[in-house]
Amino acid sequence: MKKAWRSLAWLAVIVVGLTATLAGGVLFSTATWTPKLALDLEGGTQLILAPRLESGQTVSVEQLDQAVAIIRQRIDATGVSEAEINTQGAENIVVSIPGVPDDSTLERIQSSAKLEFRPVIFTDVATSSAINEPTPTPTPTPTPTPTDALGETATPTPELVATPTASPTDASDPNWVTPALFDEYTNFDCATLAEAQTNVAPVGEPLITCEADGGFKYILGPVEVAGETIADAQAGLQATSQGGSTGQWAVNITFNAEGTEQFAAVTERLFAFAGSDPRNRFAIVLDGVVISAPTTNAIITDGRPEISGSFTQESAQILADQLKFGALPLGFEVQSSDTISATLGSTQLLNGLLAGVIGLALVVLYSFSQYRMLGSVILASLIIAGIITYLIITILSWRQGYRLSLAGVAGLIVSIGITVDSFIVYFERIRDELRDGKSLTSAVEAGWRRGFRTILASDAVSFLAAVILFVLAVGNVKGFAFTLGVVTIVDIIVVSLFTHPVMQLAARSKFFGGGHPLSGLDPRALGAVYRGRAQFREPVAALATKQQSSSREAAKRQTIAERKAAESASVLGKGKDS
Amino acid sequence: MSRLTEFGNDLYTGKRSFEFVGRRRIWFTIALVMIAVTLVGTVARGGFSFGIEFRGGSEFQVANPSALPDGSIDQTLAADAVLSIVPGATPRVSIVNNGDAVRIQTDQLEVSESNTIRSALAGAYGVDTTEVTSSFIGATWGNDITRAMLTALVVFLVFVAAIMALYFRTWKMSVAALVALAFDLAITAGVYGLLGFEVTPAAVIGFLTILGYSLYDTVVVFDKIRENTIEESGTRTFAEAINLAVNQTLVRSINTSIVALLPVGSILFIGAVLLGAGTLRDIALALFIGILVGTYSSIFIAAPIYALLRQNETLVRKQDKKATEARSTSGAVV
Repeated sequence: MKKAWRSLAWLAVIVVGLTATLAGGVLFSTATWTPKLALDLEGGTQLILAPRLESGQTVSVEQLDQAVAIIRQRIDATGVSEAEINTQGAENIVVSIPGVPDDSTLERIQSSAKLEFRPVIFTDVATSSAINEPTPTPTPTPTPTPTDALGETATPTPELVATPTASPTDASDPNWVTPALFDEYTNFDCATLAEAQTNVAPVGEPLITCEADGGFKYILGPVEVAGETIADAQAGLQATSQGGSTGQWAVNITFNAEGTEQFAAVTERLFAFAGSDPRNRFAIVLDGVVISAPTTNAIITDGRPEISGSFTQESAQILADQLKFGALPLGFEVQSSDTISATLGSTQLLNGLLAGVIGLALVVLYSFSQYRMLGSVILASLIIAGIITYLIITILSWRQGYRLSLAGVAGLIVSIGITVDSFIVYFERIRDELRDGKSLTSAVEAGWRRGFRTILASDAVSFLAAVILFVLAVGNVKGFAFTLGVVTIVDIIVVSLFTHPVMQLAARSKFFGGGHPLSGLDPRALGAVYRGRAQFREPVAALATKQQSSSREAAKRQTIAERKAAESASVLGKGKDS
Repeated sequence: MSRLTEFGNDLYTGKRSFEFVGRRRIWFTIALVMIAVTLVGTVARGGFSFGIEFRGGSEFQVANPSALPDGSIDQTLAADAVLSIVPGATPRVSIVNNGDAVRIQTDQLEVSESNTIRSALAGAYGVDTTEVTSSFIGATWGNDITRAMLTALVVFLVFVAAIMALYFRTWKMSVAALVALAFDLAITAGVYGLLGFEVTPAAVIGFLTILGYSLYDTVVVFDKIRENTIEESGTRTFAEAINLAVNQTLVRSINTSIVALLPVGSILFIGAVLLGAGTLRDIALALFIGILVGTYSSIFIAAPIYALLRQNETLVRKQDKKATEARSTSGAVV
């Protein structure tokens, strides 16, 4: 009796504690009284970004976290509020934005802004291009060999050798250009560059690429200065040497100490080449595409170069932002983009809730039909379970950023059945004990001991499924697994701290304890008169010793059975503990 | 008291009993026939039909489209709008969300094409462009999900088999439960294949939930078996003790299945009738089938297999012998 009230007090403590936590959160922090909704219920756009990888390259957790941080800064810079950026699985990044993002926002998010400075080794007017610019370049020859074009000492063998004959001494060394590479270069079509979006080469290897407008093809040496060394970047109008403005937008870069030093070293080497030599130029490569490839007019030692190209004010600003917030450690492409209108989202939520209400009503009706007034215990338990689940989910949505998705709602509805099953298992065990001829009070205790064991075992399986799904699965499944796991825990709390104590108390009431026909626990209706089991009871004791050898478990069980027998013989309602 | 309660009384005392264990050949045959039918049906239909998430493609949804005078929605408008921009596209148009939305799925399109189609659809149905959503899904997305699922599945099975073996103190219960689970999954997947339901990520979620539910259900039955076989006094053979346990939990199994099916059924109803294809319907459909099959397998497959696995153990044989002897001497009826 005391025990039952104590359990109920603990339950009250839990409910009040959760409510107080949430109320405190609402008053003094950012919590709300309703859980935050996921995109599919609220409307918005979800982008899934997958990394573009060189073959054999893998993604580390650090790289992914770094990318998430950078993307978050970029989105914040656009003024979009409440964007959610998460990692998904081992490789992907999920960006959720309310509303429908415009193209420039998309551009900011997905472009990796991987900036590299590579020296030009060889360049040529792209054959597929119709654009003719008056930039001095070597005359295109139909089948040039590196030796012709570069006038260097590399002597390629007739076969297309893929390894340099002499190992290159620096990044501008024409020895990088093997016949195989040159063949690739000759066959490279600038038109495929924009489509493929996968023009990635290891930093230590030469890169074949084109200028952004497709005008020129390049063979570039290995990376000499990486984008990570950029300390700041500003968009601004290009200044002429006289201090006037050319009207062209450009991006002014400030390197950190390391970048400044590297950049000085590169410009010093390149400056030594004659102005007509392509190797005098260095290329600024963004995401595998050359933005511009200026000639080196001076040795830049202050680490403040300027990138000019065909920028508009907006594109210069975007690039500056991207460079400032950092290049992504990896290139990304949008793997899927999913937009859900706010209208559709709220319809889905309403219908989901409607389904839940109908399901709940049916379950309650069925419970009353099967368990008569015991149905009210099921109903009350479900209400308590519902309140606790709601509070936990709302608090988690505040503290952990959990968002309720449609799959989560489905998880909640489905869990109604699993929660009610605990009550069914428990009630059926009580009925079994009543059939054995026990009084209701001892039947409640004995039924609880057996039933709770079963409930724990089966809930453990259910919880294990939820945890494993949550840890290993992706996307929607996570939300579903999460609610399922929460509900399983709540189920155990409610059945032990509410349903059982309420049954203990009810067993003493005249209505239930007296076995009223509508109580659902009427011993006469339950066939207790049959005393069916009692007939088999007696041999139990007689054969106990013989059975002991069968297993240790059996021995343990036997004592419980004995205790139970003694108990049923003894008293109505010592109200023994569980 | 309801009839089910009386039924429960009879089952409990053994006055009425179903031969779940004794007639296992029949139940196993039914199970095998079900597997064969769904398997053959699936193959005959040309395998599973996978949703856009697994195939990759673009999807548009027009919310609140203006209807024709008779209240219906002209689906050809959508197809025409898409074809006017991408002539080669093969748009599949369907009405979803209780007629409140039109869904158009195509092969994957360029971003610029998608944007033009959005405006075209908005124009065709007389709605604002913001009411038209577009999505595209790379074909790898589905593969990523599937890979994660398979890992989860294997890890789950290993863990749950170990936990059950520890709890029940016999690995044979784990094996029996996993066989029943494999049957549940096979039949659910088979029904999808047989009837040509689209396999979407939501269906996969439902599918995975069956894992938990099916084992949950089996554990409840097995826990009763554990109790009965351990307390068995020697008047019943091992198989009979198992059979009595299954009979005694039968009312609970029926109640549980109904209680679990009611909410799932209401999601299915709301999902299918009001919303059309979508997350809710897909989850609920897989679960509905899974719960039905899961209840069958706990009773008709898991328990008989457990009896089968243990029938040749020396201890079990001893007990069976004792029970038969006791019966022949006392003439007790079981």
